[in-house]
Amino acid sequence: MRRDLTTYGTGYGLALLLTLGAFGIVYFRRMAPWPTFAAVLGLALIQVIVHLRFFLHIDLKRSARSDLQLILFSLGVIALMVVGTLVILGNLRMRMM
Amino acid sequence: MSGVTEPELRHIGFQLAGVSREERQQVNSDVLGFWAFLMSDAVIFALLFSIYVTMLEATAGGPGGHQEFKFSSAFWETMLLLTSSFAYGMASVSARYARKDRWVLLWLAITFGLGAGFLNMEAHDFISMFHDNAGPDRSGYLSSFFVLVGTHGSHVLSGLLWILAMGVQIAMYGLDRRTRVNLVRLGLFWHFLDIVWVVIFSVVYLHGLIR
Amino acid sequence: MPDPHVWHPFLGALSADSFPFVEAWRDPTVSKIIAACAGGIVIIGAAVVIVLITILGKWRYLWTEWLTSLDHKKIGIMYIVFSLIMLTRALIEAVLMRLQQAVAINSPGIVSPEHFGQLFSTHGTIMIFFMAMPFIAGLINFAMPLQIGSRDVAFPFMNSVSLFLTIGGGALIMASLVFGKFSTGGWSGYPPYTELAFNSGEGPDYWIWAVTLSSAASMLTGINFAVTIYKMRAPGLTWMRLPLFTWTSFCTALLMIFAMPPLTVATLLLAADRYLGMHFFTNTAAGNMMNFVNLFWMFGHPEVYILILPSFGVYSEVVSAFSSKELYGYTSLVIATMVIALLSFTVWLHHFFTMGQSPAINASFGIATMLIGIPTGVKIYDWVWTMFLGKVRFTPPMLFSIAFMVTFVIGGMSGIILATPPLDYMVHNTLFLVAHFHNMLIPGTLYGLIAGYQFWFPKAFGFRLLEKWGWLSCFCWVVGFYLAFMPLYVLGAGGVPRREQELFDSAFRPWVAIAFTGALFLFAGLIALFIQLWVSVKGRHTNAVPVGDPWGARGLEWSVSAPPPEYNFATIPHVSRRDAFYWRKVNHGAYKPADHYQDIEMPRNSMCGIVVGVGAAAAMFGLVWHIWWLVAVNAVVTLFGGFVRAFRRNLNHTIPAATVEAHDRRWLAVANAVQPVARTHESSMANRGLACLE
Repeated sequence: MRRDLTTYGTGYGLALLLTLGAFGIVYFRRMAPWPTFAAVLGLALIQVIVHLRFFLHIDLKRSARSDLQLILFSLGVIALMVVGTLVILGNLRMRMM
Repeated sequence: MSGVTEPELRHIGFQLAGVSREERQQVNSDVLGFWAFLMSDAVIFALLFSIYVTMLEATAGGPGGHQEFKFSSAFWETMLLLTSSFAYGMASVSARYARKDRWVLLWLAITFGLGAGFLNMEAHDFISMFHDNAGPDRSGYLSSFFVLVGTHGSHVLSGLLWILAMGVQIAMYGLDRRTRVNLVRLGLFWHFLDIVWVVIFSVVYLHGLIR
Repeated sequence: MPDPHVWHPFLGALSADSFPFVEAWRDPTVSKIIAACAGGIVIIGAAVVIVLITILGKWRYLWTEWLTSLDHKKIGIMYIVFSLIMLTRALIEAVLMRLQQAVAINSPGIVSPEHFGQLFSTHGTIMIFFMAMPFIAGLINFAMPLQIGSRDVAFPFMNSVSLFLTIGGGALIMASLVFGKFSTGGWSGYPPYTELAFNSGEGPDYWIWAVTLSSAASMLTGINFAVTIYKMRAPGLTWMRLPLFTWTSFCTALLMIFAMPPLTVATLLLAADRYLGMHFFTNTAAGNMMNFVNLFWMFGHPEVYILILPSFGVYSEVVSAFSSKELYGYTSLVIATMVIALLSFTVWLHHFFTMGQSPAINASFGIATMLIGIPTGVKIYDWVWTMFLGKVRFTPPMLFSIAFMVTFVIGGMSGIILATPPLDYMVHNTLFLVAHFHNMLIPGTLYGLIAGYQFWFPKAFGFRLLEKWGWLSCFCWVVGFYLAFMPLYVLGAGGVPRREQELFDSAFRPWVAIAFTGALFLFAGLIALFIQLWVSVKGRHTNAVPVGDPWGARGLEWSVSAPPPEYNFATIPHVSRRDAFYWRKVNHGAYKPADHYQDIEMPRNSMCGIVVGVGAAAAMFGLVWHIWWLVAVNAVVTLFGGFVRAFRRNLNHTIPAATVEAHDRRWLAVANAVQPVARTHESSMANRGLACLE
């Protein structure tokens, strides 16, 4: 039980830090807009992985293998759909201007 | 080869020693099936995000994110939802280890309260945007904002209803196999919603507040 | 012009004008009379069915044996019955459209433009969502669990929900013949035409909600099938020992899970525009119709692979069985299937080459599209090599498969033409395109579905279908296809756009006339199938194949009785190689009793699936007609159905080991008493379902 509690506690702590970090760099306006947004996205990506690892128990162990395979496959399909949409719609907007 | 071994199930908190192959198969199927459903939901959210991004400039002369989003409410909504995820984690731990069902019910109630608080703040935000003539019928951009964040909100609402149903089921049947499987699935759902929220507050709110 | 609706709180937008009978009475044109007859057929048909069931006293039987059953075999059969009914309607609509085009050359013809618009919209929507998808769900439901040595699918209750959501959607689209009008926006429903500004009536709403019901059902079905194949295979049945039909079912299921969400998003956002005044795809306030087009085809392309892959699986099974030969190139077939499934997510833009993207983007998607031809070609070669040096028997399923191989390749070649953007600019949205996709769907999907139906029918019902009518049906379907669609290639290349209610060049006359005769042949093919069914049912005792292996085939599904018991297998088989049943027959290890029989737990019946389906359909009807109280009540009913199920605890019933053993021994006694039949006599009465080894 101690191990399970530590897992959730660590996850919560890390997520809090990452959230405070993201909100902080936007609030305190230390960088130009684009680097700020890139940092926000980076922190978000890390936080998503934190959630997956500590709350959803997705790791590289055998026991989580089929779940991990499904998530990676889905990510691939999602990447195709999202990138495709942004490229196509962006191209259409550019040609309409 | 098919067939399931104990280590596969340990991570979802099951005590399934000495249980038939069919039952183990069913539990595994139940959880994997729900993951598959979550992945299709992830596609829906990903597409709503894509539409949101393609419509960032579709403000039709009306207000955009920068004018309408409030820093503090985005922050506190995030805190509420994240803490509710942690609270659900505690509920999962209690389901596995506690000797009395009431601990699970307690943590479920806390999760419910935090989730309801989240929805309450979000509703207030929406209403103030309506009053500002920044409702979903104003422009393509606002339509995409309200549908993206609103879809997440309606999922949270469904989750709250599900928590209520789980509470009643645990009170009626205790923590039998079916309620345990459903607790696992609700947990997947709830944590998934928090993951989507991380992307929302980053891509929608923080992005809007940067410009 | 938007119609002003009379807002009656009880009836929503329904009024006397909503009925085609009233419209035909007031304005008796041929077009309106046809519409009234169609509405009349729905009502009379429903009444006849209800009266017949009552007279025969079969309500209780229907309810307990079929409607509330969670048995995958029965659910599969119900799906197929439903699809055959919808196929009949959509085929009649096709004949009517071909007739219109044949007679309406510089003349108004028999149906008005608006009526014609509804015809092509319902024809497409029904054929894809309420004929092909349910037929596929039915075939996979019936055969796949048997092929993998499982007792049922992973989620039997969800299976029932999917069935009744689909039937609900079908009911909604049938209701559109009686109440109001269907959309005229085609099966793809593009805005801004389908937005309130141009179509404020009930038409597009019928389309949106019928499609929503079907796509929700398909998504749940996809999850069900994928998890079943992933988790419920018999011991020893590794991935590379699976039959090809199971492989294609798995890839189809993955496509269903990932391809339905874009459709859900597209249709629900359109609904948000229409019901909540939003601006996703409107012409005003910065809406962008290209978002819809992009989303719809992101669904639409994988959808056509959902439609073709199961048929590819059927062809693999049929060609192997009726060539008495192992499938050639198993590994290449599996890899080709996976490649097709993956590539299907990368080509969707080829459906809208002409809508403004740069040549570079068009070219990339065009190249990706052509690449899919490669794995498909691999499959064709594998099937041909399977037949080569095999002892080929020309049964109806085999004939359909051969017709597929030839005809589908022609369609594939026209697809390569369409995949080239500059050529596509010439023929986009002409009859050339219509010819191409029917060339893929009819010989590809439909022949496979019919072949699968005829292949597994004896397993499902315990008796064979009479071949004579099967051959006649095949002849009509093949001749009909060529007559109906080859002229369309010529017409399309000659510049005739699709969806034309009237044509203006008499040079087209001979071509559309030939196309119309083709449509009549196609309809005759369908009638021949129904006659085949009728005649076979009447002769079911002479054609009985109780032992369950009429074709001498290889999969596990043939190793049980026909029809199989509720629990499929008395004992779950242990598999040690591909085509395990075939090798067991060769090694004289088939038809032996088990060492030890056990109690078997199977799901009890449940009416909650029906409650969910009926509730959802009624709620959608309320949404179409703005009858808000109906929506609210049925939303509660639907949720209630789900809740009741979640709270029930006594979900299974146990079949005692003694019963299982008795049933098994009885069947084995028949198997050991019956004469095995050589392949040359498999179409005769001597075939009792036990195959001779040759």
